[in-house]
Order: sequence, then C-alpha cells, then structure tokens
Amino acid sequence: MQLNKVLKGLLIALPVLAMTACSSSDDAASSTGDATNQSGAVETTVVSPIDQAGQLTEQELKEQALRETQTIYFAFDNSTIAGDYEEMLAAHAAYLSKNPSLRVTIEGHADERGTPEYNIALGERRAQAVANYLQALGVQADQISIVSYGEEKPLLLGQSDDVYAKNRRAVLVY
Amino acid sequence: MIKRLLLGMFVLLSSMTNVANAALELVITDGIDSARPIAVVPFKWEGAAALPTDISAVIASDLQRSGKFSPVPTNKMPQTPFNESEVNFDSWTNLGVDALLTGSITQNEQGNYVVNYQLVDIVRGQLTGGQGKALGSDGELVLSKDHVLFNKVATVEASRMREYAHRISDLVYEQLTGDRGAFMTRIAYVVVSDTERFPYQLRVSDYDGFNERLVLRSKQPLMSPSWSPDGQKLAYVSFQNGQSEIYIMNIYTGEREKITSYPRHNGAPKFSPDGSKLALVLSKTGSLQVYTFDLRSRQLTQITRGRSNNTEPFWHPDGKSLVFTSDRGGKPQIYQVDLGSGDTNRLTWQGSQNLSGQITPDGRFLVMVNRSDSGFNLAKQDLETGALQVLTKTLLDESPSIAPNGGMVVYSSMYNKKNVLSMVSIDGRFKARLPATNGRVRAPAWSPFL
Repeated sequence: MQLNKVLKGLLIALPVLAMTACSSSDDAASSTGDATNQSGAVETTVVSPIDQAGQLTEQELKEQALRETQTIYFAFDNSTIAGDYEEMLAAHAAYLSKNPSLRVTIEGHADERGTPEYNIALGERRAQAVANYLQALGVQADQISIVSYGEEKPLLLGQSDDVYAKNRRAVLVY
Repeated sequence: MIKRLLLGMFVLLSSMTNVANAALELVITDGIDSARPIAVVPFKWEGAAALPTDISAVIASDLQRSGKFSPVPTNKMPQTPFNESEVNFDSWTNLGVDALLTGSITQNEQGNYVVNYQLVDIVRGQLTGGQGKALGSDGELVLSKDHVLFNKVATVEASRMREYAHRISDLVYEQLTGDRGAFMTRIAYVVVSDTERFPYQLRVSDYDGFNERLVLRSKQPLMSPSWSPDGQKLAYVSFQNGQSEIYIMNIYTGEREKITSYPRHNGAPKFSPDGSKLALVLSKTGSLQVYTFDLRSRQLTQITRGRSNNTEPFWHPDGKSLVFTSDRGGKPQIYQVDLGSGDTNRLTWQGSQNLSGQITPDGRFLVMVNRSDSGFNLAKQDLETGALQVLTKTLLDESPSIAPNGGMVVYSSMYNKKNVLSMVSIDGRFKARLPATNGRVRAPAWSPFL
C-alpha cells in the first residue's frame, strides 16, 4: 500500500520533471530572461487529478461547467460579444471575483483576411471587449492581461467561412 | 543554466544550419513573353570534375527572374561562342537577341577558379562586323571593338561561385537596363511548421531561395522581420515570453537585444533609412499607435494619437516622413505623417481598404495591400498622379516587401491552402511563386543591397 503510493507519486512526478526539463532546455528561443508560462502550464495540467466534486454545491458545479468553456467567437470584423456568452462569462467573472489573487490572460485572435499587423488590432479589440465585460461584472483590472495574436495562431487552417468563424475568437487562459 | 542555453543558441546560430531539402524553387507564373531575349552561353569549362556551381545557369535564371530578360534556351542556341571574336552576329539577331554573355572558366594552381566573361552588344557588332573603330589619342582611327560592352576576369573560390554568379548578373543587368541589379540580396521570412517542436522559424535565404538558413526558432509566434540598412541585423517580434516583444538580432553573431516589452502589443518594427531609429507600434495606451525609438538615446517618441488604430509604419526613403495604416476614417487606409511638423495626410482613396503601405526606393510609388471586390491584392499608386494599378490576382495577398532596386516586390499569398511567397515585378507583368517548403511561409522581408 505504502509502496503503491510512492510509485503513484513517482508516476506523476517523473513526467512533470521530464516535461519541465524538455520545455526549458531545448526551447532555444524562450530560454532567456523572464520565466515563461510553459513550465507552469505543464505542472497544472499534470497535478490536477483530485476530484473535489463531492464538496461543491450545485451552483458551484454549474459554474465550474460553464468555466470549462473558455472561448468566445465573434462575427466578421466585429468585437461585439454575443448574448450566448452571458452565462459563461458571468461564471468566469464570479470565479475571478471570488479569487482576487487569480490572474487571467485574454488572448484575442483574428481570421487571416487582412494584413498581419492590422489583424493584431482586431484581436486586441476582441480581447478588450471580453476584458471590459468581465470588469463590468466586478473583476479587478489588475487580474486581467491582454495578448493579441492577430492571425498568427489560427485554430483551424483553411479558407472557408466556417474556418474563419472558428478563428475569430477570444480565449480566457488562467 | 541560462548560460548553457545561450551557448546552445549561439552554436545553432553561428553554424547557420542549412535546412535540408528546403530550398525555395521559383515557378514563373506570368510575364515571360514581354521580356527581352538575351543569350547566356554556357561558359567553357574543360576541367575533369564538374564545376561547384554552374555559373552561366545561375546568371540565366537571375536574368529571367528579374522579369526583364528571357534567356534563350541552350538547345535553341545557333552556336556556342566562348569569345566575342567567335560570335556570328546574324545568327543571333535572327532570334531577336541583342545581347550575349559568354565566358570561360579555368582552375589555377591554388584550386581557385578563374572566370573570364564578356558581354556583347549583338546589334552594334552586326553593324561594325565586330571591327568598330574610334579615334585614338593621337587622332588615328583604332580598333575599339565597341560592341564588347565589358570584358572582365575574376578569381573566385569554389565556395563563392554562386555569389560571384549573382555579381555577374548584377553587372549585366546594370549595363543593359541602367538600373542596379538586386541579385546579391536576401529574403528573411517566417516559416510556420505546425508539426515541429519549434513551429515558428525565422529563416534567411538568398533572394532566389538558395542557401536557406535557420536563424531563430520558437514555440510561440514570430512576426514582422525587418532588415537594418547595413544588412547585418533583423528586428522582429517574438511572443516567447507570453506577450509580444520587439527584438533586434545580429544574424551573423546571433546576439539578441530586447528593445521594447510594454504591456499589450509591441510590433511592426522598421529601421529608419540611416539605421539610427526604429519605427514601431505599441498599444499601451489602449489602441495601436506609431512611435519612433532612437536606438542610441533609447528615447521613445509618440507619432500618432487618438482612439483609432495606427500601425504598419514604413519610412519614406528620405527618412523625413512615415506612411502608416489607420482606421481613423472607419476602415483602414494609408496616411503619411511628416516627422518634423506632424502634418498628416491621407494617401489612399480607391478601394474599401488599403493597408501595409511601402514606398519604392525612388519615392515615386506606394505599393500596398488593396481591398476590392476581388479580395486582398497588391496595388501600386503613383504618388504624383494618384493613378492606381492592381499588380496581383493571387489569393489573400499580404506583407509586401520591395527589392532594394525597386524592380520587384515579394509578398505572402495563399496557394493550395497554404501561405507561400510570391513575387511580382513593379510593372505588374512578371509574376512568380516560390513554392512552400515544409510549412506556411509568411512575412517576407527583402534585404538591402549586400
């Protein structure tokens, strides 16, 4: 039993070590200066298997489910948040308000039409619209940061309207 | 630890690893008919081993890729003269050829190659029978052979043969067109290869796609490479630290310097013509604004203001003004701001949007991305008359960059659902495509003269 626990611990710890090692030692371009998000992101992914569902109220469960949606899609050349996202953003806002030490980055993205530099502006507008929405619901400004990737990180590749619609988005990243 | 990583970085950079099988092979898609026939005779070589570079083949492709010349295929040549005295002028004029380049190559005792080459004016030669005379210094008529436009000899190391071929192309181009050739230049571009561990790669190749080198790779996007006027450095945007930041990198030493890292966007860097400043774009005030950054004093000067977005700064060749894209009028259009007075004028009025303005080195034309019913295409506007000419009809054209002699524009467009680099001559006649390597190819930047 005891041994089993140790082994389990190792099973979790080893990949964490391996992954953090990889992500720092080979990433030539992200190796200098400030710490990157990557190692942090790797750790949270691995060290979250504890099921707390039993301790949550029904309301909390609902909010948790809503928070699993982190992407807001936008119409062409537009940064207006559609009504469909009201509940989902309210859940994120409630969570952030309850945990004032928590930080969220809002990534803004555009489809590939137009120039890369101007699409940065479109991505920023979308991220800003989401930031304003959360702030209106009581989230502190210093909990939110904005990064626009413009057309540099498409979710899908291709030139159809469906693909473009999926690429025009803002994503909340904790 | 960091030190070791930096060292690794240096090794990667200084070795400038060739990316295997990744040379960009250029496919001419339009405009061979309008070009001027020229003969590039295969240079004579009697050595036992093959030449490290087929010099005359490189020259012929250079001249063809300029869009101004149409080299006669070797199998259609009426003769292969290796010296001007062997040229049968009539047989070439029958093909419409008015200029012929020929030469011969030998190897010296040091193992270097001695290249003799001559450019012959076929029309003049036909007129004089190759025996043109001129008044000598003592008043006598002497044999001038004025149909020989130049006759040169050079000793070249094996490793520099290709480079020297471009040099000959430059000489031929300048002699026959009056404009400087841009064959000894490079293109920097971003390759996105989604399946690789480091999908975002900044690469540099010769202008024709040869000698491709990887200079930087990252897990996060790289944007907007831009050359310093001395051709030693690239400014670019990296998202490696979770936000955009502007860096300047020396491509020969690998040395990198972070220039700006303000909250929100840091982008669109462009060196001033004298290399002392960067024009750049920051959104720390809430929307994209153009600034200049003095590289010596580190002083930042805000150029544009307001709630609208202002981006894509490009220096006028005289260094006194910038053109930029602004949505202050609703849709993005191109404006020009005088850096002395701050006076700003709108330049573009045709098309629902105009973006990414670049001015030709002679200051005569604005090349830009024009949005019309047919989509996003490159267009050229005469800055004096305002006349607009749409140059391209490829899909989703963006990121134009003009060759330093103003003869050609390289840009990114969509082909087979992927970003590829394309080229168009400044008169719009000649069009070519550089097929994608192992990824999407974006954000090309043509180097200055090297």
